[in-house]
Amino acid sequence: MAAHVELRELWRSFGAVTALQGINLSLDTAEFVSLLGPSGCGKTTALRLVAGFDQPDSGQILVDGKDLTRVAPNKRDMGMVFQAYSLFPNMTAEQNVEYGLRIRKQPKADRRKRIAELLELVGLGHAGKRYPHQLSGGMQQRVALARALAIEPSVLLLDEPLSALDAKVRVQLREEIRRIQLELGITTIYVTHDQEEALSISDRVAVMYGGKIEQVASPAEMYGNPATPFVAEFIGTMNRLVSAVADDGYVDYGEHRLRVQAAEGLPRGERVLLLVRPETVDIQPAANGESPEGAVTGEVVSHIFLGSTTRVRIEDPSGERGMTADVPPARAETLAIGTRVTATFPPESARLLSLADQPESYAPDPDSQ
Amino acid sequence: MKKDRIAPSAVVWLVLGALYFLIPLLATFLFSLRGLQSGKCCSFGSYGFIIHDPNFWTTIKLSFRLALETIVIGLVLFVPTIYWVHLKLPRLRPLIGFMALVPFVIPPIILVVGLLKFYKDTLHAPFWFLGKPDLFLVGAYVILAFPYIYFSLDAGFRSIDVHTLTEASQNLGATWRTTLGRVILPNIRVAALSGAFLTLAIVMGEFTIASLATFHTFPTYLQQINQDEAYPAAAATLLSFGITWLAMLSILLIGRRGGQRTVRVGIGR
Repeated sequence: MAAHVELRELWRSFGAVTALQGINLSLDTAEFVSLLGPSGCGKTTALRLVAGFDQPDSGQILVDGKDLTRVAPNKRDMGMVFQAYSLFPNMTAEQNVEYGLRIRKQPKADRRKRIAELLELVGLGHAGKRYPHQLSGGMQQRVALARALAIEPSVLLLDEPLSALDAKVRVQLREEIRRIQLELGITTIYVTHDQEEALSISDRVAVMYGGKIEQVASPAEMYGNPATPFVAEFIGTMNRLVSAVADDGYVDYGEHRLRVQAAEGLPRGERVLLLVRPETVDIQPAANGESPEGAVTGEVVSHIFLGSTTRVRIEDPSGERGMTADVPPARAETLAIGTRVTATFPPESARLLSLADQPESYAPDPDSQ
Repeated sequence: MKKDRIAPSAVVWLVLGALYFLIPLLATFLFSLRGLQSGKCCSFGSYGFIIHDPNFWTTIKLSFRLALETIVIGLVLFVPTIYWVHLKLPRLRPLIGFMALVPFVIPPIILVVGLLKFYKDTLHAPFWFLGKPDLFLVGAYVILAFPYIYFSLDAGFRSIDVHTLTEASQNLGATWRTTLGRVILPNIRVAALSGAFLTLAIVMGEFTIASLATFHTFPTYLQQINQDEAYPAAAATLLSFGITWLAMLSILLIGRRGGQRTVRVGIGR
């Protein structure tokens, strides 16, 4: 089946800065794809190109096989919800939703019916007569969503629509966006820098960095099998241990030799990034002076209480190597700071990324662990 | 609960400020009540004289017409220009801001002499242009009103997120014209009205250009009658003052109604 929306080799520069470097992305009909990445990675630039507010230097944007690259934004038939509150302040919620329908010269009776349906859909059937300044931020974004959907767009574009809202409303509204998207079966591109948001509501996630797409995958695959060191750093919390392949099925992390199934068959001595999720790490008090094979031995240096788990950090005496483990809070209480412990993980749970194309000096960003 | 009270010193300053404005008005009013022949208080003869003077009505109508034409041309010229500058050419804003200050620093007498010389001697403009207040005077008044309209509109455009509103409108299928007419203009209405009424006040009081270009507008009428009839001149001044205040009151009422629906949108970019 041909893709509903296709971005082909999109390049865009602003002066000396190259914001997009040959983006390729395909979306099937009714698919929800998130563009996820840090500030300045090019995700909003890509979305603005799709919406028609900006033009690529080269490349194509196709919807149902039709080239829309040079088509004006008002002729693209796409609905967009903006990061900023974008409701027209001089119009009520109803009038905002009606705006696109009036432009399309739809009969008044049809317009009234559609407005009522959409405001009901976003849970604001009672607030149609209110002006934007009489609505909360969350309500304004709901009206903006209803307004974008009113024109029955072929593609829905959402540019960080929840970033200005408080945490609780953000979670509520992102679930509603997903519910509405599934209900209407509308192809959606969602831009966000919040990985939790992207992973929780998307069919697929495209992680962007430095104007490129690093990986496109389902949330589960992205979390379990990050394709690049950046994705491993960006998605979730991850122990990223610069190691070298030792014997078959083993890697050396400093003086710690660790059993890793993924290392089987790899050439000895190859530099690799060992990826271990904290929730797979088990911590046990170490016997005096003992440093068993297959474990990282060190001292507990910090506890971070996260509600359902406590994040425990251990470091070896040099302070250069260590691991992080998520353990139940009650168990963490038995591991006081300074306790000598060993950390192990199931050999099949760890992933390896080759560092062959990374500089010798490569070190994981400690802040993004 | 503690009630907010106005400080006594603030009351003193308010009273002093009010007196500063009201005493000349009161003096003019008392002066205008002097009898036309006797010069003694109190008679409304001067007001009767003015109201029955056809020149009063002719000139005030002309000045109002010129003000309206100036407002229309000014807004038609500057609203799309300033909109475009805010949207596409924000780097030009300081330059336009500087240009808008030029009419403040060039005295009207220099402006009118320059304009007359340019049109007469350089362009050899025909009489139908130079002799018509609706063409020559309105052209000069648009220049005079430029700073007032520009700074009002600029403040209006800065109070809304022009980019997001424009993109939201276009995304819903609107053309540039529809966006300007249905989204942008209603949201800068108060700013446009402020510019309009400032322009009205300026044109209603502009004497130098009209006089030197030999047009008979309301300010030249006032000057004329002031030479011939002192008491009616005071009455005419108060009448024109009242008319201008009515215009200001209307902007206040319209602005208050519009202001209730105006919110700052966007979180910047």
